[in-house]
Amino acid sequence: MAARQGSLVIVDVDRIKRHGALSVVEGRLLVLLKYIPGLTSAAVANPFLYLIAIGVGVGKLINAHSGGVDGVKYLTFLAPALLSTAAIQNALDEVVFPTLEGFKWNKSFFAINSTPISGRQIANGILIASLVRVTFSVTIYGTIVYLFGGFTSIRGWLAIPTSFAAAAAFGAFIMGIAAWAKNDDSFFMVLGRFVMMPLFLFSGTFYQLSSMPIYLRWIGWLSPLWHTTELGRYLTYGHHISGLMFCVHIGYLVAMFSFGMRFAHRQFEQRLAK
Amino acid sequence: MANQEVLIEAKQLVKRYGDFTAVNGIDFQVRKGESFGFLGPNGAGKSTTMRIIAATLTRTSGEITILGKDPEKFGPEIKAHLGVVPQTDNLDNALTVEENLYIYGRYFGLSKKFIAPKIDELLDFAQLTEKRSVKVETLSGGMKRRLTIARALVSEPEILMLDEPTTGLDPQARHILWDRLFRLKEQGVTLLITTHYMDEAEQLCDRLMVMDKGSIMAEDSPAGLIKNFSTKEVLEVRFGSDRNADVAPQLKEMCERIEVLPDRILMYADDGEVLLHDLGQKGLHPLTSLVRRSSLEDVFLRLTGRTLVD
Repeated sequence: MAARQGSLVIVDVDRIKRHGALSVVEGRLLVLLKYIPGLTSAAVANPFLYLIAIGVGVGKLINAHSGGVDGVKYLTFLAPALLSTAAIQNALDEVVFPTLEGFKWNKSFFAINSTPISGRQIANGILIASLVRVTFSVTIYGTIVYLFGGFTSIRGWLAIPTSFAAAAAFGAFIMGIAAWAKNDDSFFMVLGRFVMMPLFLFSGTFYQLSSMPIYLRWIGWLSPLWHTTELGRYLTYGHHISGLMFCVHIGYLVAMFSFGMRFAHRQFEQRLAK
Repeated sequence: MANQEVLIEAKQLVKRYGDFTAVNGIDFQVRKGESFGFLGPNGAGKSTTMRIIAATLTRTSGEITILGKDPEKFGPEIKAHLGVVPQTDNLDNALTVEENLYIYGRYFGLSKKFIAPKIDELLDFAQLTEKRSVKVETLSGGMKRRLTIARALVSEPEILMLDEPTTGLDPQARHILWDRLFRLKEQGVTLLITTHYMDEAEQLCDRLMVMDKGSIMAEDSPAGLIKNFSTKEVLEVRFGSDRNADVAPQLKEMCERIEVLPDRILMYADDGEVLLHDLGQKGLHPLTSLVRRSSLEDVFLRLTGRTLVD
């Protein structure tokens, strides 16, 4: 078997330094493909349930009562927020579970790190793979919103890239936290109850943030969901935001992504070297 | 072997975690084609040393080169030549046996064309061909271990590092694994093994470094260690837990050295049968007795005053 063992240099280190993260992506996608029926069902069922209950049900009441929100029908107003929420949720699933598994449950990151792939590349690969799933899910979500009549023009599809930005920024940050967390039980509890739920409810998802009392608006200001929802509404139906706020939204997402990746790189490299 | 190229060289290697010194100024060399073992109890510093060699842990001080390179400066370059088998199997349980080999090859940047025939070779080597499409989580402990070793060979490494390769395996699985490692050794792969099993160290290693509390206690071939630090044979006697300590002073005068363990006394001599006969002549009749040849366990006991499983 191993007659050539050790006699050949078959590994191209420079190539791994350039493209190592893509091998990690390939590994994650190999796992994800095993769950494709479940992922597809969830990607289709979730928007259907939400759009029927909130977009159509609640929307009918609101449209009848006030003719919509922000000058458009309720589903159009809601669509960018729902897409961003779905994107964030998908990204979290794909960064939190693999990170906890890789460091704690079966320590597969240590196996990857014993090859020439660095901790930084593992983090990059996990995030990229999560964004592949995000793209898959929000494309299905967007298609269903379109079928429900949520996009009033071709611009409606621009909600997909904005939701992608939310997933990248928040996913990077949470991946760093997941790598830092030592206790995975309380991690899920804190993430679900004290992070995701308030963000979902207080980020101007179902109504404009300006309708909230001033002392609660800060939750939205901190939330990438609000920033991408605002951008999404601006791009899809012309919701008014100033040039300054446009820059603030973009700047906030870029800053969160940059900080999140730096934090995640540091956590991955420190934990692999312990 | 002495003329072979030096692949790994450490000088005054130290690793500290706060006040705790895991590796305390050790020096060693490993040559190409050699099977080199780190023998010692848990906490001796074996795994820490292995991780420094594997370029996944930084040293506190001292020097180390692997294939002539410093692992802190050339981590990826060094890792490209290493196959690592960790203490605990870290296979991807969601994937099949075949997929685990495939993706590990991809982590080394290997092409699909290279990996495809390699998987067949490795499955054959690990006796897992029939388990090719089975999910890893359904494999037995021995099969997982063999798969982890096969995985480490996917990139045809220059050095194969095995951290406690047979811990937790039943005797049959251990022997199958030893057989596979022997084959690699015959093919000239440099093996680096940590173990706290003396039989494993004797079976697999050309040269051993006995470690305890981060330091090197001795270094030689298994036979050399036994020759230098023990007698040819050992007589194990039991007089009953209450009497062992009482008769110990008498026994001490009859042989080169004794070790009083909680349940038995070990008497070191070149001829155990003669010694047993002499005991009878003096009216000392143990409840049980056993004559055996000296082992690395005896060497470790001599060097540290403790058994390997303490």
